[in-house]
Amino acid sequence: MLTKRIIPCLDIKDGRTVKGINFENIRDAGDPVELAIEYAKQGADELVFLDITATNEKRKTLSELVTRIAKHINIPFTVGGGISSIEDVSVLLKAGADKVSINTSAYKNPQLIKELANQFGSQCIVLAIDTKFENNDWFVYLNGGKVKTETTTVSWAKKAVELGAGEILLTSMNNDGTKNGFANDITKRISEQVNVPIIASGGAGKMEHFADAFLEGKADAALAASVFHYKEINIQDLKKYLSNKKIAIRI
Amino acid sequence: MKVAIIKYNAGNIQSVTFALERIGVNPIITDNADEILSADKIIFPGVGEASSAMTYLRNNNLDKLIVSLKQPTLGICLGMQLMCNHSEEGDTNCLGIFDSSVKKFDYEKQQENTLKVPQIGWNTIYNLNSKLFNKIKENEYMYFVHSYYVEKSNDMIATTNYGIEYSSALQKNNFYAVQFHPEKSSDAGQQIMQNFIAL
Repeated sequence: MLTKRIIPCLDIKDGRTVKGINFENIRDAGDPVELAIEYAKQGADELVFLDITATNEKRKTLSELVTRIAKHINIPFTVGGGISSIEDVSVLLKAGADKVSINTSAYKNPQLIKELANQFGSQCIVLAIDTKFENNDWFVYLNGGKVKTETTTVSWAKKAVELGAGEILLTSMNNDGTKNGFANDITKRISEQVNVPIIASGGAGKMEHFADAFLEGKADAALAASVFHYKEINIQDLKKYLSNKKIAIRI
Repeated sequence: MKVAIIKYNAGNIQSVTFALERIGVNPIITDNADEILSADKIIFPGVGEASSAMTYLRNNNLDKLIVSLKQPTLGICLGMQLMCNHSEEGDTNCLGIFDSSVKKFDYEKQQENTLKVPQIGWNTIYNLNSKLFNKIKENEYMYFVHSYYVEKSNDMIATTNYGIEYSSALQKNNFYAVQFHPEKSSDAGQQIMQNFIAL
């Protein structure tokens, strides 16, 4: 049976992991490769690297880092942050990324999703949506949550999947950083209305939040950063906990 | 040991190369017939679309070459599907090494608990029946990304269930094929790569 996925996210700036503390068995938590290897050892099912610098002059640094990651880890990983063209995607996939995530650029030019899906296949195109609940509905936000749109998250998700997005990474701005749990209502709505996997993101604080994301939110995968980064939750312990809750998990 | 990865217009060659390097093998990536024929082991990878991949193989005379190979040859993902008779993807006639058909997961009509397509993630392989799976335990997890699957058949050496049971690996004579991505399937996937190299 297909299992639910646990996905640690690493924020990258200038080729280094942002913040974070050291694990006993790694020398440098600032090195994305060392941290990635540690997460893979703990049983992470996939990894996401989000480049928060992502300016043009840093592109080369990023693709070199992607190659270093691909050489060292034997699980799939996604790279995102500032990707806006076929050329950007081509460079990262050739460097060894398995998938890329696109966000603002896809909203501004939805045909980009179609072009990327046609050229590289839907399976490597992850659409990231930052969403916020206000005035009784969930709306799409752009530019890392700085710019509001009038588009509802459900309508954008459906359109993006029609265009060829292969997965949706849904981050709730209301929940992100609160450690009070994932936004299970919108996650469930999207998961039931589109036929591609949904990755829930934003709000993980305790192990039970992951169980809720899968059982209530009907998520296919759950992504978190700080709880893993600051060693508040060990991935192996989390997966045992979820398995005991009868959730399909790779142990 | 000379290992050749067949170069064509389908992706994930880089990942397969890195996975081989992690087990101490430095493959050559080539579409040159002499290079391929002189290799000890051949890998036929693939992430992409069936009809355009077959067109490319035919235009570059790689189709007849692959069918004629005598060395252990491993198809991965799309590579496996192209080794079958026919694929529903683009209604494509394939290489015909395995007497099996490739069908699409069709779950869109169901309402309750609809399975997502593509299948993305870790699923189990069982009924393991080949040297390719030495040291691999029943129900081991492998990483899958696919919308099309190979039906159950006589050549099946591993089974997986995603709504229905299908062939997650095939073997016939020197030809091996896996639907999952051993190059992305953690330590167990690495063991399968090692087993193939050791054949």
